[in-house]
Amino acid sequence: MSLNLLDEALDGGGGGGGGGRVILIEDCVETSGAFVVHHLLKRSLSNPHSSDVVVFLSFANPFSHYERILRKMGCNLVIQRDNKRLLFFDMLMLKRDKGKKGEDLLLALYGEVQKAVEVLSREGIQHITVIIDDISLMEVDANGSSNLVLDFLHYCHTLTAQFGCSLITLNHEDVYSTVDRPALLLQSEYLADVVIKAEPLATGLAADVHGQLTVVNKGLRLDGSGNSSSRIHNFHFKIKETSVDYFYPGSQLK
Amino acid sequence: MAAIRPRSSSFSRSTSAASNSVPGLKHGPNGTIFLSSGIPDLDKILGGGFTLGSLVMVMEDPEAPHHMLLLRNFMSQGLVHHQPLIYASPAKDPRGFLGTLPSVMASKDDKSRVHESEQEKGLRIAWQYKKYFGEQNSDSQRDGKSEYCCDFDLRKPLERHFFTGKHIDCITLRYSADLSTFHDRCSSFLSQTPRTNGNIVVGRIAIQSLCSPQCEFSDNEWDMLSFVRSLKSLVRLSNSVAIITFPPSLVSPAFSKRLQHLADTLVSVKAIPDEDKELAKLLTGYQDMVGLLSIHKVARINTQVPVILEATTFSMKLHKRRSLTLECLNQAPVDGSSGTSYGTSGSCSSSSKTGALDF
Repeated sequence: MSLNLLDEALDGGGGGGGGGRVILIEDCVETSGAFVVHHLLKRSLSNPHSSDVVVFLSFANPFSHYERILRKMGCNLVIQRDNKRLLFFDMLMLKRDKGKKGEDLLLALYGEVQKAVEVLSREGIQHITVIIDDISLMEVDANGSSNLVLDFLHYCHTLTAQFGCSLITLNHEDVYSTVDRPALLLQSEYLADVVIKAEPLATGLAADVHGQLTVVNKGLRLDGSGNSSSRIHNFHFKIKETSVDYFYPGSQLK
Repeated sequence: MAAIRPRSSSFSRSTSAASNSVPGLKHGPNGTIFLSSGIPDLDKILGGGFTLGSLVMVMEDPEAPHHMLLLRNFMSQGLVHHQPLIYASPAKDPRGFLGTLPSVMASKDDKSRVHESEQEKGLRIAWQYKKYFGEQNSDSQRDGKSEYCCDFDLRKPLERHFFTGKHIDCITLRYSADLSTFHDRCSSFLSQTPRTNGNIVVGRIAIQSLCSPQCEFSDNEWDMLSFVRSLKSLVRLSNSVAIITFPPSLVSPAFSKRLQHLADTLVSVKAIPDEDKELAKLLTGYQDMVGLLSIHKVARINTQVPVILEATTFSMKLHKRRSLTLECLNQAPVDGSSGTSYGTSGSCSSSSKTGALDF
């Protein structure tokens, strides 16, 4: 599998595909970061021989949407789900009881996630990835209480320490741009090892460049030179049906 | 010789004969089906129309009711195609709005419009060439497409027979303390248009000024978000399109952004001031414009590839005060170049005439 710029930025130029990491994806109305979620989902499931499992909490789209996109990218989610390598929680289509509070819903959801992760790790599964798409819709379920959502994220964060899970979350940065001190965004940025920002070009959208990605890798990896500072990668991307082209500004791949 | 077999790869397009026969629907990419917005130009810009199962948000201009133009054409088109409709608004008597729906333009008017555009073709000017690309295409496709999207005459009300015996539900949002009853009506409405193969029943939901302060629930932003989210999931499972207009200036910026993220297709309308001399100099046909329409997001269901439009802002014009048309903005030629005086007025003096707005 050839590595693209995004994979290189995530791996920090070497080092294994990294379990136990927390990745935060931020996007805005103009440029959706959903394609990064699709890419990471495919990456987690791509090795047919491994037993890596993905726990996917979808608040944004139904299963059929992801299934169709990933099929074009060469990854059959239905088979993965049947093989128990993908646990899909469809929170968009979930029927919500009127009397039930958001707190109970999120608690119940976390209970299910925790149970699933515990069972999987007892079975000897090495890498479990929890993906949440997206956090801002979780706040709607919590009826605007960002503390509830933060609690949920903290609980998930303990899973990464306890079982070596990876946690991948998507959030919309521009929602919080007018808030004075957006605790949810700031804290989730603080918890993350890697922050990926998807932004439009300053000059607007173009047919050849769909936007730019900024990857801040805070991972402390001591390489030969002893360089342990966080690395910032910046590159442009063009989204296609089957893949995404990543390239440095001005060096469009032919 | 290899026998020709139907390809069973996942990339082949499944075209069921049943949905082809339903008027007012068109197959789009990625297994989606398009529904007409009621404005031929908007359909063309969006690549076919609104996608079935999508949520369309329109950001209103607080000073002008241009969003009503979009709603009217959307609703009329549905009634012409005999599709069930829900219309909700904060007005006291929402049914009264049905009387203002435009009627289908008679074919005689249609011909005169085509004829006129042919006459104009003799006078083509290079910097306006984009106008004519669209016209030619629509002329050639008019016969096949007439069923899909009609031209509406904004001056004539829709004929009475389109309203009788139809499933039209008009709901006022003014007196309800929360959105739960309206939500139940939407969900029972949408359960009549399920996603099944075979015969397709298409529904349209139009909600005007969701967050307007006349509604009691307008101060509970999280309730409204939860309603929109729930509506989005219901619509996605059904063969319907929901269009919601909201005034972004009356809600908090964070809430407005959240609504924009929830939208599959996001459109905003803006009025243009009557006497903006600088803008009038910059754009041709300024006096005919009634407003500007910007497209921020086009629905991408079942795909991750964004739709990049050639232009995102279009001028809304009323063609002969009757039909709503959208056109790309055309930059006016600089003042000095129109005359004979290439030599006398140099490029410096002509550019200084354009004033503060300098490109």
